Amino acid sequence: MTKVSEKQVFSMPKCLNDVPTHFCPGCHHGIIHRLVAEAIDAFQLEDKAICVGSVGCSVFIYNYIDVDSVEAPHGRAPAVATGVKRARPDAFVFAYQGDGDLAAIGLSEIIHCANRGEKVSIIFVNNSVYGMTGGQMAPTTLVGQKTTTTPYGRSPQNEGYPLKMAELIGSLEGCAFSARVAVNNIKNIIKAKKAIKKAFLAQLKNKGFGFVEFLSACPTNWHLTPLEANKRVETEMMAYFPLGIYKDIVE
Amino acid sequence: MSSKKLLVKGNEAVAIGAIDGGVECYFAYPITPQSDIPEYLSRELVKLGGTFLQAESEIASINMVLGAAAAGKRAMTSSSGPGISLKQEGISYIAGSELPAVIVNMMRGGPGLGGIQPSQGDYFQATRGGGHGDYRTMVLAPSTCQECYDLTIEAFDLAFKYRNPVMILGDAILGQMKEPIVRWKERSIDPNEAIKWCLTGKKGRKQRIIKSLRLEEGSMEALNEKLMKKYKDMEQDIKWEEFMVEDAEVVAVAFGSIGRIVKSTARKLRSKGYKVGVFRPITLFPFPYKQLREVAKKGKRFITIENNTGQMVEDVRLALCGICETEFFANMPGKVSTPEDFIEPIENMFK
Repeated sequence: MTKVSEKQVFSMPKCLNDVPTHFCPGCHHGIIHRLVAEAIDAFQLEDKAICVGSVGCSVFIYNYIDVDSVEAPHGRAPAVATGVKRARPDAFVFAYQGDGDLAAIGLSEIIHCANRGEKVSIIFVNNSVYGMTGGQMAPTTLVGQKTTTTPYGRSPQNEGYPLKMAELIGSLEGCAFSARVAVNNIKNIIKAKKAIKKAFLAQLKNKGFGFVEFLSACPTNWHLTPLEANKRVETEMMAYFPLGIYKDIVE
Repeated sequence: MSSKKLLVKGNEAVAIGAIDGGVECYFAYPITPQSDIPEYLSRELVKLGGTFLQAESEIASINMVLGAAAAGKRAMTSSSGPGISLKQEGISYIAGSELPAVIVNMMRGGPGLGGIQPSQGDYFQATRGGGHGDYRTMVLAPSTCQECYDLTIEAFDLAFKYRNPVMILGDAILGQMKEPIVRWKERSIDPNEAIKWCLTGKKGRKQRIIKSLRLEEGSMEALNEKLMKKYKDMEQDIKWEEFMVEDAEVVAVAFGSIGRIVKSTARKLRSKGYKVGVFRPITLFPFPYKQLREVAKKGKRFITIENNTGQMVEDVRLALCGICETEFFANMPGKVSTPEDFIEPIENMFK
């Protein structure tokens, strides 16, 4: 009989809790949580990280990632993160926000936080819809996209245009790193992982504000199957929200 | 530090009180009539290694306070009426998250943009929570520059004692007038003050979560019960002043700068033979209901005087309920009062 030796080649990130997920099937939040947790592990930040949660589907981040956490009011995570970082400059401070939170009600806070060059990292999940409240129009809803508050499709005449946050943030002096990534396939997941690390490095090297926008699927509120939703990220979202690095002065 | 006399504005007395009270992080947005506070702290707090940051908005500044408070620091913001309205969301979250913070409101006239003249129109907002949900802030109402200094120091201790926002409720008269104060407290920072609950990174212990979202069954009830008990406990820190009340036939009830002006009126009326006293609540929440009621039991008549159209008078009525009534004299927001303004309404009480 041959002796078989087993070697574990893939495991849960250390700081990711093994708990049932509240996210819908096919939602990308779970993958993004994992990538954030992997980056925390990679830089050994678990003991010095302080996470700022936001409002929306993203609110339960503190149930999944096992680090000290504070919950911000809707849209205010970058201001809360500023307060935490100024109070504890040695802590690693990151916030996790959705599109309604960051690009609608919290647009002022994110722009000024980035422009001040706060040494914080922001993970921005753009799924082009308000998930938690039941599928209403987001600031990143695509033109023509039907939501529960744009039943005839988003019209530029009435609602204007979807905001391109990675480009906007990347244009600010205080920003050290800004990128838009996706997790719809392995190749993009690998790129996304690198982008998170770079955004974290912007803070760890004291260079400035770090920002990563994720294009994310919301099968439930898009009324698509998980596979169709995953496909829509590539066919419709990437056409308007091009993937890429919009600012990088980290190294 | 040897006791040192300084001639300063009320706003500066608040800022100096904050420094001696150990403020570590101050975030604010400019608004008249309180801008001397950020101006003073932008100059002096940074010299002591503290954080001063002018935020992009009132909303951002209160949320920066939330973040710094979660990190366990003595954090503060200041504003006036319209700015305090914008901060209400954050104040509600700070109360819901059970965090300590000091918020200064140097009231101006309202509603709306109002004016920059004195007013006590934010009494309801300050004492009834002010934002959404069932919460209270502790409210301290100074009437002199010395009290601006003393109560700001005390506000930090109370905020940490109860892990609750504490508001200093002043007004344009108090903020802008100058008088001597004695600086008696030496600044000292206890780095371990919040070590049992604050966020530091979880090294050596389990994760901490500071939040106000309560979805689990029973958890919302449990928080509200805890808060209710906390607000009851705050009654041990009730403060008030009784001025020539003992033999008074008529007691005027007034707070803050008006309380002080009414004291001058009482002195004038005493010299004319009228037995007038003043009851001045210093904590507006919790309100000194029992203390005022004790005075009422001695058979006094009451007049409540405010620089608004009638707000604290409701608390006075609650205190006196079943014993006697109170007259009310409304000194309109926007008016700078003198002791003479209150002579006639109090004199009328003797007719």
